[in-house]
Amino acid sequence: MSLTPTDIDRIAHLARLALPEQQRERMLTRLNGFFGIVETMRAVDTQGVLPLAHPLAAIQDVQLRLREDVASEPDQREANQRNAPAVEAGLFLVPRVIE
Amino acid sequence: MAAALHDQTVAQLAAALRAREVSAVELARHFLGRIERHAGLGAFLATDEAVTLAQARAADARLTQGGAPLLAGVPLAHKDIFVTRDFPTTAGSLMLKGYRSPFDSAVVSKLADQGMVCLGKLNCDEFAMGSSNENSAYGPARNPWNPGRVPGGSSGGSAAAVAARLVPAATGTDTGGSIRQPASFCGLTGIKPTYGRASRHGMIAFASSLDQAGPMARTAEDCALLLSSMCGPDPDRDATSLDVPAEDFTRALDGRLDGLRIGVPREFFGEGLASGVRAAIDAALAELEKLGARRVAISLPRTELAIPVYYVIAPAEASSNLARFDGVKFGHRAKDYADLEDMYKRTRAEGFGDEVQRRIMTGTYVLSHGYYDAYYLQAQKLRRMIADDFQRAFQDCDVIAGPVAPTVAWALGAHGQDPLADYLADIYTLPASLAGLPGMSVPAGFGEDGLPVGLQLIGNYLQEGRLLNVAHRLQQATDFHLRAPEGF
Repeated sequence: MSLTPTDIDRIAHLARLALPEQQRERMLTRLNGFFGIVETMRAVDTQGVLPLAHPLAAIQDVQLRLREDVASEPDQREANQRNAPAVEAGLFLVPRVIE
Repeated sequence: MAAALHDQTVAQLAAALRAREVSAVELARHFLGRIERHAGLGAFLATDEAVTLAQARAADARLTQGGAPLLAGVPLAHKDIFVTRDFPTTAGSLMLKGYRSPFDSAVVSKLADQGMVCLGKLNCDEFAMGSSNENSAYGPARNPWNPGRVPGGSSGGSAAAVAARLVPAATGTDTGGSIRQPASFCGLTGIKPTYGRASRHGMIAFASSLDQAGPMARTAEDCALLLSSMCGPDPDRDATSLDVPAEDFTRALDGRLDGLRIGVPREFFGEGLASGVRAAIDAALAELEKLGARRVAISLPRTELAIPVYYVIAPAEASSNLARFDGVKFGHRAKDYADLEDMYKRTRAEGFGDEVQRRIMTGTYVLSHGYYDAYYLQAQKLRRMIADDFQRAFQDCDVIAGPVAPTVAWALGAHGQDPLADYLADIYTLPASLAGLPGMSVPAGFGEDGLPVGLQLIGNYLQEGRLLNVAHRLQQATDFHLRAPEGF
């Protein structure tokens, strides 16, 4: 199975990546090259095998931990906003989304 | 002290500092001078003399007062994947150019608590995606054994810096081999612990179910010293941190190897293995036999499948983790855009390099509606089969040994037009990564063109002590780990 230029556009949109025309073609070639080796994986019979998400779950029961829903972090708004491209009055600025 | 300061190991420097034969400030100045002299290697992305000297002075004060921690005053440097308050953190990406973290990552603060002095931040492939350090937005790091060769990746700056004696030890991260492979290419000792041993808090996420921090140094003893300080549970800040107490891995170093069963997977000695690498690995295995260990032939039948499985799972997780880079809260933001969506798209296209964009695309695709089961879920099922293969193998052996990589370090630019070549070269490190097992690279001699070869050791879960023990014993019988590249 091969990807088409339409697939590349769809995936780039889902991934929020602006791909200029000439890069789109290169991306298509590269991804199709890669999915060539992925086909060997698809051919394996995995019926009845449980997917493994946490590697240690291969040998023990792994539970996702939950902590109490209480604020534990001090207020660090200023420190956290120091890296933001655009802030004003303690708010992150984005282009207008509601007219 | 007989040898030059930069030829001393972490253990030797720690002892010299405690004996007050050298001060932390002297050491810091010595290594900072070397870093400046060898800037052409591209190993460091950031240094700050004032910050480093302040840390060194604090370490000297603790050493004078008495009761200083074991590693007080010993210099180290961090892969630029670990966020640091006192140095910029870029992850090798334009996306994070000039980024200053408001906090230190868990591993960074644990080592600082030991009194270690940070010399700066080390080059790496962008977001740790790569096997040659050529995917860094700030230029490649070079291999001190031959500056025309890659140091490996993604922890390439870490490997180049330690090999060139610019720092006695460094941190690295390993997702699919990013500690073991550069350690192998640069003739170093490096260990990736069991998944979940070291906290991922503050390690910029690539593939969360695979990422692990570990040390890179010249000796197994140094790795044991550092790893002991890096591990330990962090349940409140890392959801997958193991509830296993920190260990003193140095205690395991001296155990005898009599009767140790070393499993040698036949799949690790296939066609693609360079003859010089094979010869060095064979010699190292023979050396271990002389020390009392015994070779056992084993099979890891899905070794080749680890490549597609890994390169589906890791990009899937990466595409999700890297969604946070949207030009709003931190990082790069495009200058020209039409609206919010356009801002996201342009920001990400400008901020991410080619390989990162490819992996985001791959990951997005395998997670998308209609493809999830066929790719992502199938890969996760195979991941379990690969992990089960290891458990079967460990019924017949205590540790597994083989090459880290099929070849020695390749020439800069050699894989440039073919990212698949990088992926295929990861074949021997990916299986242990997928299974979450501890793995390490130990200098095993020299192969093609006189370049270093690493012996890979893989242990069962939480068996880091045993790996370090085997490595330490090998290092007492050989001197490959002490050789320095010419000119350094």
